[in-house]
Amino acid sequence: MSLIAVTEVRKRFGSNEVLKGIDLDVEPGEVIAVIGKSGSGKSTLLRCINGLETINGGSIMVAGAQLLDDEVHLKALRLKVGMIFQQFNLFPHLTAGRNVMLSQMVVKKAKREVAEAMARRQLERVGLAHKFDAYPDELSGGQQQRVAIARALAMEPIALLCDEITSALDPELVAEVLAVVRELAAEGMTLMMVTHEMAFAREVASRVVFMHEGRVHEIGPPAELFAAPRTPELQRFLGLVHS
Amino acid sequence: MTEFTTWDILRNLLLAARWTVVLSLVSFIGGGLIGLLILSSRISKRRAPRIFAKGYIELFQGTPLLMQLFLAFFGLGLFGVNVPAWLAAGVALILWSAAFLAEIWRGCVESIARGQWEASASLGMGRLQQMRHVILPQALRIAVPPTVGFSVQVVKGTALTSIIGFTELSKAGTIVTNATFQPFTVYGLVALIYFALCWPLSKSSQILERKLNVAHRGH
Amino acid sequence: MPYQFEFGWLAEYWPQILSGIGVTARLILIGGTLGLLLGIACAWMRSLGPKGLRWPVAAYVELIRNTPFLIQLFFIFFGLPGLGLQLDAMTAAYLAMILNLGAYACEIVRAGIEATPRGQFEAGASLAMSRFETFRHVVLVPSLQRIWPALASQVVIVMLGSAVVSQIAAQDLTFVANFIQSRNFRAFETYLVSTLIYLVLAVLLRRAMILVGAAIFPKRRAA
Repeated sequence: MSLIAVTEVRKRFGSNEVLKGIDLDVEPGEVIAVIGKSGSGKSTLLRCINGLETINGGSIMVAGAQLLDDEVHLKALRLKVGMIFQQFNLFPHLTAGRNVMLSQMVVKKAKREVAEAMARRQLERVGLAHKFDAYPDELSGGQQQRVAIARALAMEPIALLCDEITSALDPELVAEVLAVVRELAAEGMTLMMVTHEMAFAREVASRVVFMHEGRVHEIGPPAELFAAPRTPELQRFLGLVHS
Repeated sequence: MTEFTTWDILRNLLLAARWTVVLSLVSFIGGGLIGLLILSSRISKRRAPRIFAKGYIELFQGTPLLMQLFLAFFGLGLFGVNVPAWLAAGVALILWSAAFLAEIWRGCVESIARGQWEASASLGMGRLQQMRHVILPQALRIAVPPTVGFSVQVVKGTALTSIIGFTELSKAGTIVTNATFQPFTVYGLVALIYFALCWPLSKSSQILERKLNVAHRGH
Repeated sequence: MPYQFEFGWLAEYWPQILSGIGVTARLILIGGTLGLLLGIACAWMRSLGPKGLRWPVAAYVELIRNTPFLIQLFFIFFGLPGLGLQLDAMTAAYLAMILNLGAYACEIVRAGIEATPRGQFEAGASLAMSRFETFRHVVLVPSLQRIWPALASQVVIVMLGSAVVSQIAAQDLTFVANFIQSRNFRAFETYLVSTLIYLVLAVLLRRAMILVGAAIFPKRRAA
């Protein structure tokens, strides 16, 4: 059974339909790269799967549980699926360590020592054990994003959604974040990432989804999709990206 | 014993509210004029007027208006024979308003980017010309909402003059209460009349500010 | 004959003055703390709370902000007994200060909440926190940090405004001053001294608010 099942999902902002019936199944351990022009609906799709946007039609199932728009169901879903944002969204008033500890203690009611041990372990995993007591504004963008990843991992999700997580970074900081993601993929974490890093998508993704005007326009393994794009839209998009 | 209808009460309160309005207007306009003087000292190039204005503002903003009213009442009494309450009330409220308005306006003048001063200076304008043609026209626009907002504080401030014996709305409230023994109704009505005076001012200040923000974002 | 200033009475009345300062300090300590908590609760109700609560809170805030504190005080002290709610002077004074500061603090805190980047709410949500948990643990502290200077100013304003509680015979600094000048017939000097004491209190209170801010908030700036 697929881990994430997106069926006929529609999303409108006012009169503007951003998702026009999306079907997508993600198997456990898969790494899905979602590509497409801005405005193609790829970020919206991710945000719908995390319940940050309410869908207007269709259904989303995660690990067999239906996504419904009430706090109980949303909480159950979000405990399974973590999300990393383009703008990191670290909590500015908390140290890196406390950022990672907070929701464990608030949501899972974890004891302080347990949460702290977990926080240290996850910060270690992203290579930032030494920054436990640093505040977000003392960290570089790349470091902040890695703390954000550790923060999501500390909730022990079964899948991670990454929404353009390197787009707000200076070019020289992109690699350190991608290295962490590559590691996660190798460990078998289910990942769904909206990205502009084509080389990375080609290397790490098990399947690539090309979105165009609110639909899944093409889908397939990166080797096929990048080598032989079938639709003119994808050809144009890849051409645009390469030039 | 006379019976007082709610209408009797309201009529007496409304008659007294005229004095609240008059005193508010006098204080606001007088305070505005003196506030301009304080403002010009506060942003003067010379040190002495700046320090004086800063001290003036801190003194009036750092002490209770009620104390200022007492000091005006008894201080003026040191010079003359009998000081009428309206005079002490007017003097204190004007000086008090001046301090707050000067400080509000200083914020507006200082929010004009440094580049505007530098650009106008580079065009050979003197300080007064800079003020007149470049800074003030811009500062005035952003000064309107908080200035209107402060007028609410002036109206509410006039209530304190009842304590030194000026018969305006609050004092009338006490007098009518003593005659009718209906404090709940009387003070409720007094509050509603103040609300009717202040709320339109508060609202227009908010609306003006929102308009200004929209206009600014448009740039 | 020029007026001769005379401050000899200070020695005699110093204990009363100290007790008046104590009452004023207690008023602002308790009224300030509870008023601030009320303001935070109202700010939450107005910007994030259930829709049904927004209107009543807005009405309370507008009513308080557009009427004089003196009338609020009189209404509570003289008016409420008409409804069977008889309060002693100090309780009425506390209640008036809490309600007054609560309304102003509500608007100030609300501005801080509304300046919170949307990503902060989303990050809280994506970590499975409820709306209230996100407010309590993620949004509140940076919001307070953003508006702390404005809040400190408002607390000082409320402290200075508390001078009118003398009018319902709460025995604060102003009440003591009124008492002394009725005995020594040195009204101007008496009010001059109490004005200066208020000035010192205002300066100290502002300092204290800055210290409290430094204790609550991390040294880092809020985003």
